This record gives sequence, structure tokens and C-alpha cells, in this order.
Amino acid sequence: MRDTTEDAESPPPAATVPMRIGVASESAKSETRVALSPETVGKVVALGYGVTVQSGAGALAGFEDSAYAEAGAEVVDGPVWDSDIVVMINAPGPEEIGKLRSGSALIAMLAPRFSEERTAALAAQGVTALSMDAVPRISRAQSMDVLSSMANIAGYRAVIEAAHAFGRFFTGQVTAAGKVPPAKVLVAGAGVAGLAAIAAANSLGAVVRATDPRAEVADQVKSLGGEYLAVEVEQEASTDGYAKATSEAYDKRAAEIYSEQAADVDIIVTTALIPGRPAPKLITAADVASMRPGSVIVDMAAAQGGNVEGSVAGEVVTTDHGVTIIGYTDLAARLPAQASQLYGTNVLNLLKLMTPEKDGRLALDLDDTVVRGLTTAHAGEVLWPPPAVSVSAAPAAPQAAAPVEKAPEKERSPLAKALPSVIGAVALFLITAFAPPELAGHLTVFVLAIVIGFYVIGNVHHALHTPLMSVTNAISGIIVVGAILQIGTGGSGLVLGLAAAATLLAFINIVGGFAVTRRMLSMFSRSPGRS
Amino acid sequence: MQTWTTAAYLIAALLFVVSLAGLSRHETSRSGVVFGIAGMTIALVATAIVAFGSASGLGIALLLVALVIGAAIGLWRARVVEMTGMPELIALMHSFVGLAAVLVGWNGYLEVEGGAAEGGAGGAEQLTGSLLGIHHAEVAIGVFIGAVTFTGSIIAYLKLSAKIKSAPLMLPGKNVLNLGALVVFAAFTVWFVISPQLWILAVLTVLALLLGIHLVASIGGGDMPVVVSMLNSYSGWAAAASGFLLGNDLLIITGALVGSSGAYLSYIMCKAMNRSFISVIAGGFGATATSAAAVEGEHREVNAVGVAELLGNASSVVITPGYGMAVAQAQYPVAELTRKLREAGVEVRFGVHPVAGRLPGHMNVLLAEAQVPYDIVLEMDEINDDLAETDVVLVIGANDTVNPAASEDPGSPIAGMPVLKVWEAKDVIVFKRSMATGYAGVQNPLFFRENTQMLFGDAKARVEDILAELGAHVRTG
Repeated sequence: MRDTTEDAESPPPAATVPMRIGVASESAKSETRVALSPETVGKVVALGYGVTVQSGAGALAGFEDSAYAEAGAEVVDGPVWDSDIVVMINAPGPEEIGKLRSGSALIAMLAPRFSEERTAALAAQGVTALSMDAVPRISRAQSMDVLSSMANIAGYRAVIEAAHAFGRFFTGQVTAAGKVPPAKVLVAGAGVAGLAAIAAANSLGAVVRATDPRAEVADQVKSLGGEYLAVEVEQEASTDGYAKATSEAYDKRAAEIYSEQAADVDIIVTTALIPGRPAPKLITAADVASMRPGSVIVDMAAAQGGNVEGSVAGEVVTTDHGVTIIGYTDLAARLPAQASQLYGTNVLNLLKLMTPEKDGRLALDLDDTVVRGLTTAHAGEVLWPPPAVSVSAAPAAPQAAAPVEKAPEKERSPLAKALPSVIGAVALFLITAFAPPELAGHLTVFVLAIVIGFYVIGNVHHALHTPLMSVTNAISGIIVVGAILQIGTGGSGLVLGLAAAATLLAFINIVGGFAVTRRMLSMFSRSPGRS
Repeated sequence: MQTWTTAAYLIAALLFVVSLAGLSRHETSRSGVVFGIAGMTIALVATAIVAFGSASGLGIALLLVALVIGAAIGLWRARVVEMTGMPELIALMHSFVGLAAVLVGWNGYLEVEGGAAEGGAGGAEQLTGSLLGIHHAEVAIGVFIGAVTFTGSIIAYLKLSAKIKSAPLMLPGKNVLNLGALVVFAAFTVWFVISPQLWILAVLTVLALLLGIHLVASIGGGDMPVVVSMLNSYSGWAAAASGFLLGNDLLIITGALVGSSGAYLSYIMCKAMNRSFISVIAGGFGATATSAAAVEGEHREVNAVGVAELLGNASSVVITPGYGMAVAQAQYPVAELTRKLREAGVEVRFGVHPVAGRLPGHMNVLLAEAQVPYDIVLEMDEINDDLAETDVVLVIGANDTVNPAASEDPGSPIAGMPVLKVWEAKDVIVFKRSMATGYAGVQNPLFFRENTQMLFGDAKARVEDILAELGAHVRTG
């Protein structure tokens, strides 16, 4: 282990020896996934690492040992706990942790939020624990965010499970045998899983609605073909990209929406999770009872206590009333090949980040926010929780309208900001107050026209800048009016001559300006077939 | 002046407002022009009726001749102008308004002040006391703004049409010169108000003409979009000043509309370059181009065949045009390329930087001329976030507007200027005549990036080469 921040306890191995990565078989019974697919193994080898795969690790995901061998891995029969880096999906049990070498690294979903003992045990073992499910939610780290990639798969699978249990079509059809209405799907929570569920249900042809406390996701819901049901209550904007617990008034209104929707829809998929807390109860037993027989609920939060009253983690329950509540907690694992591929890519991206030299040596740079965020234990110390990282999924504050002024370098007092406007207003007042009545009238017209000018073109489309300019150019030829009037009143030949010259020049402008604008505008065309 | 003329002017002014409002959207832009023409016609007819009522036979004849010649020249220029030459034409037309304002101002002096000095003969109206003083001031201000607009626009025209060098003129103490001219102007105006004499007005005019020359001469070619819209604004203020001079509300309203809209456009352009209006007016980029980090490295060259291959395999392409496309007249082959790629199922879009070209919206007009649909021509802000997911970016004749130094090198003279982040795309092809720097005189690190390839030569010829190659690729692939 090369360590760039502090002295490691064990002397680092010779720099020339690349590290070995061990892909371990999962011990959990229901786990079908594997931490690296053969394809990602090939890319990890390209980073300079040696890879050892425990025989049969990928069997349930449809990856054979031979495929790993072809990708450049060594396939061994026994466990791989003595590798320099052990890669897994789920956290190892206490016994397996005991087998890890001191100074080695472990990459897995270690759930540090839920198991302090495990983190402590890993620290005691001297292992550098890299928790894939603790990747900070910043854009740079998206490529390593397994929670997102697993949630994406789970959201898709949730809709497939619902479709499987639902006794009807999703899409509406008019057939010779009669009309079939489309299924109505409600997705509670428009996080990654929720959005994936919306997309999947929409592509099957269902009418999809979605709820989420974060109003900023409305556009994302729409973009995937769903309808966003807003809860019209003041709500704090999220600062860390996750939903927060909600206010009382909000909960009350939301509960009403769920009750209304439950009576109307055929399928409900709930995805609401709040980090570090039990899942919020969204659908009450009464809501479930109000659904039509044959309706299906998929509770994706069943493992954390469930969003639905009556859901059982890991099981399918059918109520007396004929509503099916699916509480599977292994939705992602039900698409093992896909899940392994995405998980493996997430791990690969982490390894890329931590192997800047591409020399097969893991470099732990704890000054990097991403690395710091997912390192839960290192050199005997518990490093969880990491310092807070704030990301702005929240909308930016509306910008102050300051049309002619650049943003000030440093904050000025409100008084100082208002000063130029005040001086301007006073000057305008004085000039107008002491001007003869005729001039005062003109000034009024002048100032109001300036304001109108600003507002009228304030929203001009960027493509029309040139036509706008040539029309204003033509219009400013209005000065011809002055020249013509002077011809009308002019006595001396000199005045007449000058006025005639001015008329000629201004008229070139008027005619030329309008003509060229028309010519330009006739060229602008929209692409055919778009509205 | 009768009430009905005032009524006609009111309707004309309203039509102008509606016209400008219509021009802010594609759907209404054509009717906007019609409203503008209608307003102008109403204003002219009303004015002509008044003028015919009092003018001498010679006056009417002169007026008709001037109108016919003016209209003929205007139509002729509008018909023959190349779309690439729009900036020059517009700059030249600004100068006409400026000169007309000067003439109207001088006439105002000759009619009123000159008339008063000769004992009232020929004076249109007799002004007395403070009104006369105000009239003097109006003459001075109107002539000043008009003259600055006139020579400024002429210099802009000469620079844009490459008749003189577009590099900024660097006189020592140029800011002092500009400020000094303004102070002298103020002093002379006061003098002129107290004692209106012809020679003072003449000095004022010459001073303003010189100031106009110096002001625009010291601004570099890259800042021309700001200059042109600034001159547009000036021409409006000149018309408004004439309105005050003549006591004509229509001129005041119209001038103010044009003046403020031009100022707003200038503001948009300045924001696009992250610079204050004052600093653009006070001088070009070159003044600060000292501390930029030296860029070293090797650029990689590519030929038309390679680009065609890249495009054939791409699924999304963004084209970022710049002034170079206008110079090379490459918009037609570029449009053809766009059409072909779109037919082959490639998503093609254009990313236009607000200050690309030499006129606000210049690129849009060129692309429209070549029949590129306007809904695939996007503004910088609309496309910047998509560039990271784009397969190929073609940089055609743009340089400073795609310079990563603006966002990455705080020492760069263009630091902080918002730019098109083309370097985030998978592949970038830069069409360029040579490795010379852009208008800002700043070396562009983009050319040395790993994902950048340079395609040297005339943009038009190169795009045509690609078109020829692409035919083969699209058919086979």
C-alpha cells in the first residue's frame, strides 16, 4: 500500500511489485452478483493490477471461470482473503474480516451508517476499508456511485416484478375483443430508483405519476414521461442531494395525495428512503385496502422498514382484499449480470481514480474528497463519518436584476448600492423641476421611452440580435422627420441644402434598414417536422 | 404643429414599440418589421404634409429628390449586401444617422441662433430667455453625439471591412485624451450657451469628430460586437437629441427606444465577455495581455479523410462557428455538411458564443442564410452542459470563444470570460489557417489537448473536402 498522507504501519512493498486484487465469492445466500465482471477485470488488469478470482464467484451472474481467465485473471479454488485488495459486493462477516491481512484494502458496500461494529472490526484488523456505498454525491464521483447504479437496476426490476404480478396489460389497447385501459402507476420518490421505475413503466405504456418532496425533480420526472404530483407546501431545499425528513404540514398534504392516488392507480412503487433513518410510512393499511383487487404494490424500502404498512421484507404478501405487496430486498440482484457489470464498472472507476500512475499500486489520497468520503477505516483508525460535503442539487438563488452593473467585487452596504440610483433620481428631479415646462414634458417622454426600450428588448432571442439591430438602425432614421421639417421651414439656401442632405442620408438608412431586415428574416427557417 | 400630427406621431411611436417587441421572437419577427414600416410611413406622411404646407417650391423639389435618391441607394445596398458583410453595412448606416444628426443640429443653429443674430429673419420660432439657452445646449449636445457616432461608425466600418488594420490604436494616455475631450466639450457647451458663436460650434464639431475616431480606433477587432451595438445606441441618442432640439416627441421616443435597446445589447455582449462596458470602451484586449501562462506542447494534425471517418461514426456533433467561418464564406458547405449528417441520423447542433463574429447575432444570420434550421442553433448557455456528452466538436474559425485558458488560467487576459467548453467533448477538430493566435492575442491551449486535432487550411475548402469524403463513408457505413 502506497500511502501519500501519512506513514503506513507496515513497510510498503517494493514499488515495482503490482498489487493483487482478489474477487471473492459472496457468502450471502441470496446474493447472485459478483464484484467484477470479466469485462471489467480486463480493464483492471490494464491498470497494472494482478487479479485473482475465486472459482465460481461469477457463476450465478452467468460469468464462467473461463471468461475470467480469458480476461487475464488467475482463477483459484480457495478463498482470496490474503489478496492486497479484496473486492466484494456485500460486507464480509466477522469471521471473514478476521482472515483479511493487516495493511490490505477491502472494497465493498460496507454500510458504515448501519454497522459501527463492522467498521470498528475492520479498523482493528488494520484494513483500509473503502465503502462503495459511501461515495459522496458530487458530480465527479457519479461514475463510482454504486447506490445510483444499483438503484437504477432495482427501479427497473420493481416495475418488471409489478408487471409480472399484475393481471393486466400496462399499455392501453383497442382490440377486436374490446378496449383495454392503460395501467396507472404511482411512483413514490423520484430518486434514481424512482426515475428508473418511471422510465420503465412509461416504456411499457402505463400512465405514470410520481411524487417527491424535492420540487426540483419535477422536470426530470416529466422528461421520463411521468406526471409530477406536487405537494403544495413550503419545503426546505435539499443541500446534500438526498431527501430530508419532511415537515408536518407537508406530511399531512402528502398523505392526502397518497390516499387519493391509492384509490385510483393499479400499481404503486415506493422508493422513499432517508439516509440513516427508518423508511417513512407513506401508504397506510387503509390506503392499501382502498386499492382495487389485483393491484400491486412494490415496496422498495422494505429492507429499511418499508414505506407500506403491511409489507414484509423479502416476501410477497397478498392481502385479504387481493392486493399484492412485494417486499423484495434483492431487486438489483435479480438482474445479476447487469448489476455485476455496473458494480464492476463503478469499482473500476474507483481504481482508476486511486491509481493515477496506472502502475497497479493503490494510492490513498485522503485529501481527495471522494477518497476521503468512502474510506471508513485506515491504519487502525475509524475514519467514519467523513467531513460533510455539500453539493447543490438545490436551485441557485435567483440572481438580482442589475442590468448595467457588474457584480461588485466585495459586498457593499445597501446604502452604498442605492447611492448611484439616489443621486440619479435627485439629479433627474432637479433638472426636470427647474426646466421650462416644455422641456419637462419632453424629458418625461424621454425617460419613459428609455425604460420601455429596455423592457421591450429584454427577452430578445440571441439569434435575432442582428435583425433587431438593423431594424433599430432603420428606425433611428426617424431623424429624417427633423430634416424634413427643416426643409419645410427653412429659409436660406444653406439650411435647405443641409436639410436635404440629412434627409437623403437618413432615408438611405430607413429604406436600407427595413429592406435588409426583411431579407434576413426570410432566411430564418425552422427544421421541418418540428413544432 | 397641429394636434393631428401629434396624433400621427403617437401612433407611429406605438408602432415602433410593437415592432421592437415583435423582433424579440422568431414567430413574430416578420410582423415586427411590418409594424416598423407602417410606423415609419405614418410618421413620414404626416411630416411631409406639414412640410409641404409651408415649404417653398425649391424645398419640395429638394425633398422629393432626396427621398428618391435615398430610397434607391438604400434598396440597392440592402439587395446586394453579402450576409458576411452585414457588420460593415450596419456600421456604415449608423454613420449616416450620426451625420444627419450633425446636419440637423447645425441647421437648428442656423435657423434659430443664426436667425436671431440677424434680427429674426428666417427664424422658425422666436425663442427667448432660458428656452433659447436650452436650445443652444441642445444644439451643442446633438451635434456632439451625432459627430461622435459619425466618425466612430466610419472607423468601425473601415475596420470591419478590413480597409484599415483592426488592431487597437494605442496612443499614450488614451483615457486622459477621452476624458479631456469630454471636459473640453462640457466647457465649450457652457460657453456656447452663454455666447452662441459659429466658431465655437465648429470647434465642438471637430472635437467630437476626433473623439469618435479615437474612441473606436483604440478598440480591437475582437470587441467589435460591442462597438457596433454601442454605436447603434449612440445613433439612437443622436436622434433623441435632435428631438429635444426640434421639440419633437416622436424623435425623442424613437431615439430613446433605439438608444436603450442598443445599450442593452452592448450590455449582453459585455457580459458574454465578462468585461465591464467601461473597459471595452476604454480600450482593447491588448492592454492587459501580459501575464498569460506560456502554452507549450505539440498539436496533432488530421486530414479531411480522418475527420470524415470520425463524423461518420459519431452520433452527436456540435459545430462552434466563429468569425473565421464568415471570412472563409464557409457557411454553405457547413450547412450542407449539417444536412448530410442529419440525414444519416447524426444529431448535429450549433453552439454559438454571444460574441462570435463581428456583430451581435452575426453567426445566426450566416447560418440562416445557408438554410440551417434555427432550432438547432443554440446559445452557449444552452449547449455548454451537453458538450461533455458530445462525440465530435467542429471548431470552425473560432478561437478565443473556445479557449480553455479563460476558465483555467487566472493569469490569462481573457480569464473569467465564459467560453464554450468544447474540450470536454470526446474529440475536437479545430479548423484553422495556421497556428496564429486569435484577436485577443492569446495562445489557445485547446490546440494542444490530447483530444484535439487540427485541420489546417481554408475552412471552406476543408469542409468541402470532408463532404466529398463523407459521401463515401455514409454510403458504406
